[in-house]
Amino acid sequence: MVMLRYAVYRFFTMLLTLLVVSVLIFVIINLPPGDYLSNQIAELQASGQSAGVAKAEFLRKEYSLDRSLPEQYLIWIGFWPGPHGFEGLLQGNYGWSFEFDRPVREIVGDTLWLTVVVNLAAILFVYAVALPLGVLAAAKSRTWIDYTSAFVGYLGLATPNFLLALILFYYGHRYFNLPIGGLMDPSFEGQPMSWDKLKSILVHLIVPTFVIGTSGASAMMQRLRANMLDELGKPYVETAIAKGMAPSRMLTKYPLRVAFNPFVADIGNLLPSMVSGSVLVSVVLGLQTIGPTLLTALKTQDQFLSAFILMFVALLTLIGTMISDILLVMLDPRIRYEGREA
Amino acid sequence: MSALLSVRNLSIGFGKGPSVVQDVSFDVEPGQTLALVGESGSGKTISCRAALRILPRTAQIRSGTITLNDSRGTAELTQLSERQMRDIRGNRVSMIFQEPMRSLSPLHKIGNQVSEVLWLHRGASESEARKEVLTQFERVGFPDPARAYDSYPFELSGGMRQRAMIAMAMVSKPELLIADEPTTALDVTTQAQVLGLIKELQRETGMALILVTHDLGVVANMAEQVVVMHKGRVMEAGPAALILNDPAHPYTQQLFDAAPEIPDQDAVGMPMPDEDLILQMTGVSKTYTMRSSKGWRADKLIHACRGVDMKLARGKTLAIVGESGSGKTTAARIALGAELPDPGGEVLFRTNKEAEPLTVHNMTRAERTAFQRKAQMVFQDPYSSLSPRMRIQDAMTEPLEIHRLGTVAEQRDKAAEMLQRVGLNADMLKRYPHAFSGGQRQRLSIARAMMLDPALIVCDEPTSALDVSVQDQILTLLENLQDSLNLSYLFISHDLAVVARIADEVAVMRRGLVVEQAPPETLFYNPRHPYTKALIAAQPEPDINRPIDLKLVALGAGSPDSWDDAFRFSDTVIPSLVELEPGHKVRCHV
Repeated sequence: MVMLRYAVYRFFTMLLTLLVVSVLIFVIINLPPGDYLSNQIAELQASGQSAGVAKAEFLRKEYSLDRSLPEQYLIWIGFWPGPHGFEGLLQGNYGWSFEFDRPVREIVGDTLWLTVVVNLAAILFVYAVALPLGVLAAAKSRTWIDYTSAFVGYLGLATPNFLLALILFYYGHRYFNLPIGGLMDPSFEGQPMSWDKLKSILVHLIVPTFVIGTSGASAMMQRLRANMLDELGKPYVETAIAKGMAPSRMLTKYPLRVAFNPFVADIGNLLPSMVSGSVLVSVVLGLQTIGPTLLTALKTQDQFLSAFILMFVALLTLIGTMISDILLVMLDPRIRYEGREA
Repeated sequence: MSALLSVRNLSIGFGKGPSVVQDVSFDVEPGQTLALVGESGSGKTISCRAALRILPRTAQIRSGTITLNDSRGTAELTQLSERQMRDIRGNRVSMIFQEPMRSLSPLHKIGNQVSEVLWLHRGASESEARKEVLTQFERVGFPDPARAYDSYPFELSGGMRQRAMIAMAMVSKPELLIADEPTTALDVTTQAQVLGLIKELQRETGMALILVTHDLGVVANMAEQVVVMHKGRVMEAGPAALILNDPAHPYTQQLFDAAPEIPDQDAVGMPMPDEDLILQMTGVSKTYTMRSSKGWRADKLIHACRGVDMKLARGKTLAIVGESGSGKTTAARIALGAELPDPGGEVLFRTNKEAEPLTVHNMTRAERTAFQRKAQMVFQDPYSSLSPRMRIQDAMTEPLEIHRLGTVAEQRDKAAEMLQRVGLNADMLKRYPHAFSGGQRQRLSIARAMMLDPALIVCDEPTSALDVSVQDQILTLLENLQDSLNLSYLFISHDLAVVARIADEVAVMRRGLVVEQAPPETLFYNPRHPYTKALIAAQPEPDINRPIDLKLVALGAGSPDSWDDAFRFSDTVIPSLVELEPGHKVRCHV
């Protein structure tokens, strides 16, 4: 019951935060002078192409760019009627991309969930690698196991991702026949989901997951090792040994539980850093994720496209923090019972 | 008949260094209690942990044998494999540790942690284990075993946690229990009750006990056999009665001399003089509000201090004694202006006899700066109260820099002078704190507090983290400084025996209230309040013929509802402090 109430409460605070974030995103995007269309109009007028000017003027009206900023914001979100009634994010209309001259929905379509898939895979990879290695390095601290894992870890941290991507591509293709570039075989693009398409995606995911996850995994491993070492010195570990527990069970039941909290709290932070950190990798690997699109949109002041992508990343982050907060409450009774009468 | 545990010529060392335990031998007979006595660094803890082979990773047993010979067979513990040791630990030999606050995992329920022993060693099912653990909980004195089973450690008090630890150690019915300073971290009255419990369980089950302690009083109450250790070697060993009555080794004698004791008194003492008061607290209360996590419930008020009146005359020592949570530290913080009393409370400070009193509860910024030069504090933990990154010289001159006093050279000279005053060398100024022992660090803290030439020093349990012999030295130092500089001390302690020596007046606090206030002589000669009586009775005396009177302890240390009608108080009805004889006040209904 306590948990459910907390989850509901947390969900509503998340919605509230999202609202605030949307204001921030809108303001920041509108900070630089001018917008895509007024820039274009100025350019067209300079070169004397009046037909184009008319179209741009039409778009300006169509997307309410001629109105005041607060009005623009409300129309964008869908709180206020635009030229064609309520047509904002809330109603599922993501706006128009001027740069690509297509609706935002069409541009981001597939890349949205591919981004989620790639980053989730990377996060799972980070946890799957960092957890056992971190615990092992702490349990065997100052032995060759510890030193080797630290060495490999620092190597992973220090190697630029795109370089790693290129190397892996070459050798992965040469020795394991892994596909090069993209997130699926080109023949599946635009096709409905099928078993073969899924298989193709999974095979294509191997290299990107590894590349995006390596540095995160080695950083997390080092922190987990340090946390575990702190915990291993605590008296309750001695108590557990004095009970006659086997080391592996003792490690996972007691110190790991305590040392694990910071990593649960990290889930929320991992998402945005991975999305923005993987832009370069996505370009190099030709992944159809949202990163490269965001880069173009920001460069050309394509406001609806970039605002939508930023909102999407913010949503992912907020969902991540919400999940980690709820998990923390489940994991740590000290948070759960704070204020409970003794 | 052979001994239950027989340790022969045990030597233990770290890495390549010299052995820290050398040639130690002792026997534990079935059902008996053996006390390993010594100061920190004596090797007593390492020796007893060697029996379970729970040693720091770099430590190794270099030579010697540890033979366990219980009803389940004979085992040479130094030769067993790790796997075989796991069957011994928690099963045939159990252990209780020093810090009940940190010896249980904060994230697992108590019941789960205790039952685990039965899952591991008996292969018991969840429900079987639960049943057995609940019985054990009842035996160690949990009022509501089922509730305790589902509690987390942070929901229990220190005494209750140590009871849970004892239950954990006892649930597998071992024939040998190793208790490593099991009561050092507890209040005196809780200590008395936990010791009583261990003794009772021992009588019931016939289990043998190795008790590691630095407190001869605890030894006198618990042990049949004593082994005194110093610097890794056994100094003296034999029956407790013999050693406690007539210590043969000079080191044992030294331990005896240093042990603080509540002296026998045959007269009342002189009350604290009423003139030239340096500090005066009148009607000081402090209420904290604990915000309720549930919106519809009222916030909870916590009365840390209720109507405290105290006077400290110049050059004297006022001691506040009480268990943790009694409000003694809050009172001291208010006296230092670190915390504001509730409206109505008054704290007055006079720099000298004629000076206008400074209202500590209501100071301007300038007044506060001036006050801070005159009132300083010495903290409890000498290990964490000095920054490990600052040289001694920087730590000591910092107060002068803050108050912009003197040139750099003058500041350094002052620091050197203060070091000499506290019995250290001026050439230690360039060192970092890690190069000093606990006692030396506490001297440094005192020297730092003295840098501004204060008139009042608040000492917050300055000796409770130290060995008895070091404690003795620090108390002597404080006395000497008081005599030569006419310092006034506000001394916070949970230990009546320490206070007996240094205080001119003692205020005993319980639940935010001063329950009895008198000069120490009067307090020990004629204690009136049941709680004071319990505190005095709970003090373990290093005399085998004067065991702790557990009944008296239980009577006074229980909740105020269980006291005699005359002393009872509740949240709403609080008797006032009545002066029974000059300088002797007791909170009672007259």
